[in-house]
Amino acid sequence: MTVLLVALGAAIGAPLRHRAGRAIRARHASTFPWGAFTVNVAGSLLLGYLIGLPVAPWLAAVLGAGLCGALSRYSTLSPETLRLVRDGERALGSAYAAGSVLAGLGAAYAGLLLAQTAG
Amino acid sequence: MPVLAAISAGGVVGAVTRYGVGLAWPHRPGGFPWSTWLVNVTGCLLIGVLLVLITRRRPDQRLIRPFWGIGVLGGYTTFSTASVDVLRVAPGTGLAYLGLTVIGALLAVWAGTAATEAVLRR
Repeated sequence: MTVLLVALGAAIGAPLRHRAGRAIRARHASTFPWGAFTVNVAGSLLLGYLIGLPVAPWLAAVLGAGLCGALSRYSTLSPETLRLVRDGERALGSAYAAGSVLAGLGAAYAGLLLAQTAG
Repeated sequence: MPVLAAISAGGVVGAVTRYGVGLAWPHRPGGFPWSTWLVNVTGCLLIGVLLVLITRRRPDQRLIRPFWGIGVLGGYTTFSTASVDVLRVAPGTGLAYLGLTVIGALLAVWAGTAATEAVLRR
């Protein structure tokens, strides 16, 4: 049963990530991967919030493991970092990797605090 | 529209696989989140392989990258869990986990890319 809920969340999360990422990229003409960065940080904020509430197990499966899991991804962080470094943008690549990790951590913590103060 | 459907279907396959890895290899509360680490590192290895294969062998196939890359591997790997995991363990473990994930992910993409390029050159 839980696996179906995870599948449902992912069926929405993956195309949503693609669309959101493209919309953000279209607005920022830059070599910095703003699309992937923003979506990953947003996913971390939402997951932190869900963990902080906390929500019922079924909702955690749909929104947590399913939606947030598919919305955010690691499989773009490392290729994009490597691409930037190969293109000679070493500083930008390092800023992207370190910035993503730190912003993701901060967003998760902010989500957690937000849930705890709101709940 | 077929592109979005391919991404969605791929995302389901990837997320369910990730969920399965978590069930098969659960970590104790507060322990090092090995299953998430494994998922993210293997996902990055596979994206390295895939990106080279697409560029070299199938640049004209419209749905391979949406399904396998953006869908399956995007749904399989997760950044949000990796961030939240850090907050759920002791600070020392969290820092080690954070570092090992970033370094592991970068090395995995590099290894996947280099190995595939070497095999295709032969």
